[in-house]
Amino acid sequence: MKEKIVLVTNRAGIHARPAALLVQTASKYSSSIFLERNNEKVNGKSIMGVITLGAVYNSEIKITVDGEDEEKALEAIVALFEKKFEEN
Amino acid sequence: MEKFTVLDLLQLDLKEHDALNLKCVGGRPGLIREIKMPELNRPGLALGGFFDSFAEQRLQIFGRGETSYLCKLEKENKLENIKRLFSFKLPCCVFTNNLEPPAHFFSLAEESGCPVLQTDLSSSEFSTRIMRVLSNIFAPKKNVHGVLVEVFGIGVLIQGESGVGKSEIALELIERGHRLVADDAVEVRCVGGNFLMGKGVNVIASHHMEIRGLGIINVTHLFGVGAIRDKKQIQLVVQLEEWDTNKSYDRIGSEDSTIELLGVAVPYLQIPVKPGRNIPIIIETGAMNERLKKLGYHSAKEFSRSIMNWLETERARSVYFETQ
Repeated sequence: MKEKIVLVTNRAGIHARPAALLVQTASKYSSSIFLERNNEKVNGKSIMGVITLGAVYNSEIKITVDGEDEEKALEAIVALFEKKFEEN
Repeated sequence: MEKFTVLDLLQLDLKEHDALNLKCVGGRPGLIREIKMPELNRPGLALGGFFDSFAEQRLQIFGRGETSYLCKLEKENKLENIKRLFSFKLPCCVFTNNLEPPAHFFSLAEESGCPVLQTDLSSSEFSTRIMRVLSNIFAPKKNVHGVLVEVFGIGVLIQGESGVGKSEIALELIERGHRLVADDAVEVRCVGGNFLMGKGVNVIASHHMEIRGLGIINVTHLFGVGAIRDKKQIQLVVQLEEWDTNKSYDRIGSEDSTIELLGVAVPYLQIPVKPGRNIPIIIETGAMNERLKKLGYHSAKEFSRSIMNWLETERARSVYFETQ
């Protein structure tokens, strides 16, 4: 199991489009992926879940990945956050 | 396109507001003449002797004015202009308001082999109807593979590889009270440049379906006339495909994708098929969503907007709390 805390760096936060991007990336991996913010934990492969996190600008998100391809999955998701979900 | 002759025009099965009520009163051998363009001409100027830029390839419409002028020419025995008129290979002459062509005109028409038609409609009514009919006939068309169904009033063209289950899905939709327009081969016409009309390529075959394991079924007999429609505007194209795990499908739907058919952009949905997915219900919902969009409410965009607003207020609040 791998964990990492990241910051939401795009101004608009994780709204519908970034959420879709995140879920699509997450769905490529077989590992289970969870996102956590303010003690609220949601499945990273569920679009509605990710949106309801309410991940606004500068909020901290803990990513938990567990499974065979956990390293690759974590890397890909962290890369999305670093790229600001291709926004701004 | 095949040749469209005057005889074809007479044999068109047109009903109600499309009916032309045409009958041939003379010049029958000329019924094989071809109508080359969807346009009309009132030959007033030609009858007056002015033949410059005379639109000889168009249907010639004789209304009250033209006919009384013809009668005047007959009385005065001035037939040169009429003779000259028939030296052109006119597709046909149409007398509106059930007007009788004068005797000399009639015999000259017979001589030159130009068909003379008659209708009980007024000139303006006939003009609008025939323009509508001809522009449909001359509209660009294309045959596509797929099933056309009317779902909640929206014409949905279901496409996909054979064997993906198009007919079965259409059958389920019919079962649920929707209407079949055509199965397998759909003829699409682009009317007026921005309107796609779809119907079965073959009138006899279009309300039959082939279901694997059952063979050919007659939808009209099995489900009643309420389950079929002759033609319908295509307002949504649904592409069915086997679920491809490597391909990402639209998850939000805020970007409207369209597909081009005969130069017209039609809303387009790609729906992955997998055992256990109830495609007919997805198509129904897609059609209803399309209606909602037409009413000005775009679910995905509204949702996206309210999420943005919500995140925005959340952020504003968090800044406020942090400064305290």
